[in-house]
Amino acid sequence: MAAVIDEEQVWHIAKLARLNLSDDEVQLFAGQLAEIFAYFRILDTVDTEGVEPLAHALAVTNVLREDEPADSLCSEKALANAPQREQGFFRVPKVLDQGSGT
Amino acid sequence: MLERDVMGKMETATTIAAHVAAGRRKAVAVCHEALGRIEDRDPRFRAFLEVTPDYARPRAARVDADLAAGKPAGPLAGVPLAIKDNICTTFGHTTCGSKILKGYVSPYNATVIDRIEAAGGVLVGKTNLDEFAMGSSNENSAYFPTRNPWNTDCVPGGSSGGSAAAVAAGLVPLALGSDTGGSIRLPAAFCGVVGMKPTYGRVSRYGLVAYGSSLDQIGTLAANVEDAALLLTVISGQDPRDSTSVDHPVPHYCEELRDAKLAGLASGLRIGVPAEYFGAGLESETRAAVEAALDVYRRLGARTVEVTLPHTPYAIATYYLVAVSECSSNLARYDGVHYGHRTAHPRNIIDLYSSSRNEGFGAEVKRRIMLGTFALSAGYHDAYYNKALKVRRLIKDDFDRAFEQCDVLAGPTSPTPAFRFGEKLDNPLAMYLADIYTIALNLAGMPGISIPCGFSETGLPIGLQLMAPVFGETVLLQAARLYERETEWYLRRPPVTS
Repeated sequence: MAAVIDEEQVWHIAKLARLNLSDDEVQLFAGQLAEIFAYFRILDTVDTEGVEPLAHALAVTNVLREDEPADSLCSEKALANAPQREQGFFRVPKVLDQGSGT
Repeated sequence: MLERDVMGKMETATTIAAHVAAGRRKAVAVCHEALGRIEDRDPRFRAFLEVTPDYARPRAARVDADLAAGKPAGPLAGVPLAIKDNICTTFGHTTCGSKILKGYVSPYNATVIDRIEAAGGVLVGKTNLDEFAMGSSNENSAYFPTRNPWNTDCVPGGSSGGSAAAVAAGLVPLALGSDTGGSIRLPAAFCGVVGMKPTYGRVSRYGLVAYGSSLDQIGTLAANVEDAALLLTVISGQDPRDSTSVDHPVPHYCEELRDAKLAGLASGLRIGVPAEYFGAGLESETRAAVEAALDVYRRLGARTVEVTLPHTPYAIATYYLVAVSECSSNLARYDGVHYGHRTAHPRNIIDLYSSSRNEGFGAEVKRRIMLGTFALSAGYHDAYYNKALKVRRLIKDDFDRAFEQCDVLAGPTSPTPAFRFGEKLDNPLAMYLADIYTIALNLAGMPGISIPCGFSETGLPIGLQLMAPVFGETVLLQAARLYERETEWYLRRPPVTS
């Protein structure tokens, strides 16, 4: 599971994670992430042939309930923390015709 | 007597609740004293991000009024509590120690908050933490680091460092924390208090800001085991708003700690001692204190059994891969649109997301989001994330096998006592390794507790960790109390509080 983590890779991950990192941060993280992933490779030495992945520690099953209408957060409360709002909506910059962004 | 209690040793939560219920003390007076202690002492430790007297005083008055009106006293009647600031409250702010949530006011309470208030508890403020509960030292708080009440040059541990310091400094008798990989137990050990992480699913996570959803669990920080049991009884139980909370009977944990229940228990108790928790890296004073604790159990008639958790060396890598993957997904919600920080002049919608996030998150949070994004990205998902999930099963199987031979496991909470500020700050991997003894338990979903078991030569507390099988809270607390009853470590308080 060898992975190359260089500055180019860090730029790519940052773009996927929507983090507008500075050049200094990219340089710092490239070194640190490479070191941490090198450490993670210790798992290569574990034989997991035939082992089922465990995503959840308890043997819980899906929990279903009746689909009944109930009150939810009112619009005033939902908008109370909005950085910008307008006429009962969250306000954001224009979304269409933006290309792929940066 | 009351005067002395107020000025010197803080009363226990159990004592306060009994006094208030019996009408011997007023909740408003207890609250007033707690707020006074916070005002007096907290500037030295900065355990609190926000103290909320204007909320707490009327709540305390309400507790008194309800009692005067003949309503039954709740189990936490008049007890002042502090809440880790990643638990949502409609009073004050909920910042998670992050700039991205600066000024955020939650529109709803976490379930644990409603339960505590229904039980008569009085919430006095929100405590400091590593940003989004990511860290082992409290140095990752975006606001300021909390200091260890035993030595202000040392970290209080993390991530629930504020809650642990608030109890250790005698500001409040009880606090809530959260534990994803040791975030309750490690600061409890570093600050010399009792810290308990319940079984995953024992306590509702509704309103706990998500970091690693399959690992996160709310738990208690207390000055003694009985108080920990008191709060656990109040917050436990299934919650329809958290589908991972489990429908499992909630015993009255305090009743399970009565002397009559403990009588004869020790002679049948089997304590597993995992060899892997006593290997290289364990500092000699910590080893000696933990071995002395095992001697206490043997003297009481308990049997110690050598057990092995062979996949322990892989626990840190497994934990961090699982945690950072879940983190990168959970923290995608902070986009500068619905709440939280928004960049001043976004060029377009993508820049709004990317700049808001980059300005709002601190270095460790960004690092974990990056690690998780990479581990989940195309081409690497199987090699990292899925591999970690497979090893996670092997780690849980280790515990299951060990618990066939014993009732609880015992070992150190941390390889060393509290370290100094700055010591590990520039080396994230070294910081991750501080969690070596606590993280495997979260992967297995099992409960654990850290209790004081001694002090280093330099006067720093040392923690004994006990671990139990899924829903083994009763035997875990009983084993902890058996030890506590024989020792006085838990009664020691930092110089400032006496």
